[in-house]
Amino acid sequence: MEPTTSAGPATTPERDVVLMVEGLRIVLDPSGVDIDDEVSLVIRRGEVLGLVGESASGKTTVATSLLDYQRRGAKIAAGHVEIDGQDILSMGPAALRAVRGGAISYVPQDSSAALNPALRIGTQLMEILEVHGFGASAAEREARLAQMMAEVLLPSDKVFLRRYPHQLSGGQQQRVAIAMAFANRPKVIVLDEPTTALDVTTQAHVLDTIRDLTRSYGVAALYVTHDLAVVSNLADRIAVMYAGRVVETGTRDELFAAGHHPYTRKLLASIPDITGERALRGIPGWAPRPGRRPSGCAFTPRCDWAVDRCHEEFPPVEEPSPGRRVRCWRWKEVGVQVADLDIHLRDKSLSARDTEEKTVISVRDVAAFYQRKEILHGITTGLSERRCLALVGESGSGKTTLARCIAGLHPHKIVGDIEFGGKALARDARNRPRATRQAIQYIFQSPYSSLNPRKTIGQILSQPLRVFFDLSRDEMEGRMEKVLEQVALDSSLLSRYPDQLSGGERQRVAIARGLAAEPMVLICDEVTSWLDVSVQAAIIELLAGLQREMGLSMLFVTHNLALVRSISQEVAVMNEGRIVEYGGVDAVLEDPQADYTKKLLSDTPTIPAVTAEA
Amino acid sequence: MNDEIIVSDSELVEPAVVHADRRRSEWLMTIREAWRMGRTKIGVGIFAFIVLLAIVGPWIAPYSPTEFVAPPFSPADIPKMWLGSDYIGHDVLTRVLYGGRTVILLSLAATVIGLGLGVTLGLITGYARRWIDESVMRILDVVLAFPQIVLTLLFVSIVGPKLWLIVLMVGISHAPRIARVARAATLEVAQRDFVHAAEAFGVARTKILFNEIMPSITSPLLVEFGLRLTYSIGLIAALSFLGFGMQPPAADWGLMINENRIGIVIQPWPVFVPVLLIGILTIGTNLIADGLGRALIGIERDTGVG
Amino acid sequence: MPPLLKLILIRVGLGVLTLFLVSIVVFAATQALPGDTARAILGKEAANKVRYEALREELGLNEPVAQQYVGWLGGVVTGDLGNSLVQDKAVTELLSRRVANTAVLVLIAALLSIPISLLLGSLTALRRDTKFDVSVSIGSLSLAALPEFVIGIVLIMLFATQVFKWLPAVSRVDPGVPIYQQLELFVLPAITLTLAVAPYITRILRASTIEVLESEYVMMARLKGLPERLVLNRHAVPNALAPALQVTALNLAWLAGGVVVVEYLFNFPGIGSALVDAVANRDMPMVQAICLIIAAVYVLANLTADILTILVSPRLRTGLR
Repeated sequence: MEPTTSAGPATTPERDVVLMVEGLRIVLDPSGVDIDDEVSLVIRRGEVLGLVGESASGKTTVATSLLDYQRRGAKIAAGHVEIDGQDILSMGPAALRAVRGGAISYVPQDSSAALNPALRIGTQLMEILEVHGFGASAAEREARLAQMMAEVLLPSDKVFLRRYPHQLSGGQQQRVAIAMAFANRPKVIVLDEPTTALDVTTQAHVLDTIRDLTRSYGVAALYVTHDLAVVSNLADRIAVMYAGRVVETGTRDELFAAGHHPYTRKLLASIPDITGERALRGIPGWAPRPGRRPSGCAFTPRCDWAVDRCHEEFPPVEEPSPGRRVRCWRWKEVGVQVADLDIHLRDKSLSARDTEEKTVISVRDVAAFYQRKEILHGITTGLSERRCLALVGESGSGKTTLARCIAGLHPHKIVGDIEFGGKALARDARNRPRATRQAIQYIFQSPYSSLNPRKTIGQILSQPLRVFFDLSRDEMEGRMEKVLEQVALDSSLLSRYPDQLSGGERQRVAIARGLAAEPMVLICDEVTSWLDVSVQAAIIELLAGLQREMGLSMLFVTHNLALVRSISQEVAVMNEGRIVEYGGVDAVLEDPQADYTKKLLSDTPTIPAVTAEA
Repeated sequence: MNDEIIVSDSELVEPAVVHADRRRSEWLMTIREAWRMGRTKIGVGIFAFIVLLAIVGPWIAPYSPTEFVAPPFSPADIPKMWLGSDYIGHDVLTRVLYGGRTVILLSLAATVIGLGLGVTLGLITGYARRWIDESVMRILDVVLAFPQIVLTLLFVSIVGPKLWLIVLMVGISHAPRIARVARAATLEVAQRDFVHAAEAFGVARTKILFNEIMPSITSPLLVEFGLRLTYSIGLIAALSFLGFGMQPPAADWGLMINENRIGIVIQPWPVFVPVLLIGILTIGTNLIADGLGRALIGIERDTGVG
Repeated sequence: MPPLLKLILIRVGLGVLTLFLVSIVVFAATQALPGDTARAILGKEAANKVRYEALREELGLNEPVAQQYVGWLGGVVTGDLGNSLVQDKAVTELLSRRVANTAVLVLIAALLSIPISLLLGSLTALRRDTKFDVSVSIGSLSLAALPEFVIGIVLIMLFATQVFKWLPAVSRVDPGVPIYQQLELFVLPAITLTLAVAPYITRILRASTIEVLESEYVMMARLKGLPERLVLNRHAVPNALAPALQVTALNLAWLAGGVVVVEYLFNFPGIGSALVDAVANRDMPMVQAICLIIAAVYVLANLTADILTILVSPRLRTGLR
């Protein structure tokens, strides 16, 4: 098949195509550096297209462009956006206003910011009907409003409608946004990571609502996300973006079975697998930001398949089959490879629980408080030597609080016993003996907040060395280099500043800082929540490896149940300040006892099961 | 290169930040950023010019500031008396050249005192226990209840128009205002994880305050310094104008304005020139402060954290 | 008790506490601390023991400090602010007219500056980075920098001396004529105050308006297809209101101090110029009284700003932090 040289319109039947994007190019204003380029998409009636990408992929800017809107600092430089034949980008302001909220609507990522804090939600809901001239009378509009609210499972009584956004929960706010988006029965809906800020259970509900409504009203939906697991249950087709370009498009099944683009395949391999069959594999390196993209294919530095041609020219769009597109010089070979060669099976022996190890940290009947409110109740659990215990729960479950209590970072009232090596632990880390402080190390969630931006990496790493050891300068340098090596970082980073590093690198530095103290226990508090999926996989790989090799006892706090099998041997499931289930990781996930665990399991989005056979 | 590119893709993933690899301490960056703006350059130029004038003035002055050179309010007579004579008969040009030192010196001193006090209080209240914070803030509220000039006058009425008192009181009246800014900045930094990390290691609180927190609050304080200097100049010149600063026959711009007011219709120079110089000086310092402020906002936006 | 009421009462309580502490400071500064008030007043005549003791008795200086304070405070609250040492009349009598004059002056300045700043602040935010915005920015930056008396003198030079002779340079208020017939004497001081205060309000309003205009909810309103007029009036303005009110009240509070220099400059018979005279003459009862009044106004203005902000933000109204 002859490669086409331009991103022309899809060769699928023209009828039923509701949204067509062609050659979209968005640049920074005024520098003109491109954020997105040559973006082409097609969505049909009732179809959900998942636009998947990690950081710097440019997916979010694409989303608002479909409504011909860009924030200050960016502008649409070229391309077409057509909805049912109407050219959006060349419309006059009046026509555009009619289309926004009418033919095409938008669901924002964070409704707590996107809903006006000074207006009642009833007002904000009603105005989208009023402005688009719905209904001949106020009564008709109110009826429609009631219907809208019922569809998103929210009450529509006067009292509720008189509430302000801050009086609603996150999930409720998001439902309000969804109700507004479906109000005028649009032809296209753009959903910009609408469930990112929500808990897994809330997310599951919201996704159900979205699925139901798009099906009922035959709406073409663009679902922008970084989470392939979420989109795999919702999307009919998927477009993968990398560094501002669409690198692969196809049906969900096609992509999951055998992606043609190396990035797609690697991305799939880095998604946490709740079944525990597949070991996580991350992608080394990080995505280039606008202005820093290499000539040629942007994925080349991280690609296993790269050849010389990849450095020189960006591959054109190839269309292996109707509707299936890919941009890779070696797509044929990549596509032919059998999927399971990407899948590294997890070594199950690691979670085997054979011998009873010594308990290194024990927690007995602990209750913790925050300003008079009891937030942890009756916690009893333990961490054994050389084992990793995962603490899983949603936000507010108390998992971070428990981790902080153990680490001595919870400066409020705690009752009960927390012991380390048989001796009681002081509530505040500062009151603990130095040896204890050294033995228990804590890695924080946000790599952007846990490293002092005014210090070099060397200065950051030397802090634990200075506090806990008495070393000469040379010895210190030696230790720092060693510890950087353990986290697969080059010692040239010692003189750099945190903001010169990527998120993944920063988190590695944070881990290195913990390791520098030569601890016995490592407490990881949601250490991958702020990272790209592919980077997360690499960090999990790293931590699992370190824990095994160094014989560390690890407490791994996470909200993502799918991760636990990749790193821990035991898991404690928490809800509302209590441990509701505890046991070996395989046992709990395959045969959960507690209702909450069952619910959490069913609500956690998973990708289609991959098997080891060809 | 020095490119700054701001793109935020999604909140969950990395803020797409790009800055030159040569980044060092943030306050230096702030200064460098500010310097790129035309307004800052103008401000620095003005400030430098006037400071130079004040320092060098007495050496190039043609007469002594207390020397009688002509009848009072004589008009300008180039080249003997470039600006004429003042209400007593001194040479206006001479007095102008002599009159800047006190304003600038006293203003700087007052600002430094205010900054020192304010930053200390801000750091302490921002990082200490709640009850210390509350009680100190209540006390500061009392100082804040007075407009700066009123507070100063209150004490001048008791002690008399002493220069050290003026500097002290202007400085003290700056302190709570600066403390508020420092406190806000400290609070924000103190809840960042790298501070918690140091606490977990067991580093002493005072060490954390100076090594971890303070370097991160220098930029907003730099901006405050510029602003406060502008107000100091205004206040001290005003106090001299009211007659509570330098006393006659000393040469001082603020005093000169007041002394020569009555003759403004016949001989405007002894009023006009000091007014012009004070005005330009304050505009200069304000331009610098504004440039620093904008640079800081730009940097905070770019780095996502600040 | 509804959270709103509780919040307001706490604020009011703090305000009262502050005023109370302020009174202690004023009292301590003027009466308790200085070596010997009586001696300072009598000067050379202090050598006359009889007169000295008599004055001490009269001023109540022999009583313990706390008792003196309570007595003084009692007087303040009941309207007895003592007698001026210079004019030997009751302070209240001397000040009442002046307080009225200053109040009118401040009112006029407020009526001038608030609309101008609101207008300029919002317009420059809406027309950001245009020539209009840039020139207004430069203008307000410069005016904000200048001390009030510099602005005043420039105005005098422009309007009352060489250039134009429209307005009197010195306000000679004729006590016989009602104040509203002598309004032209208010003009220059009021304009000076306006020019001194308006730039601050304008700049802060511009910044907060821009913040609102760049917010997520404004973007969302536009993406819903709302006409720009509705976006601004219904979505933007209510959120810009709180910072607008706050900064306005705060800047008016500033006027309480700004009058000191301006009144002196224009020889305007208000409490500002009275303060300057009192300080120069070390007329302690007058100094005390005026400082108290000004501080009280300042605290009250701040309190009003706080309460208005609470009332205007739904989040705070419903008791959340």
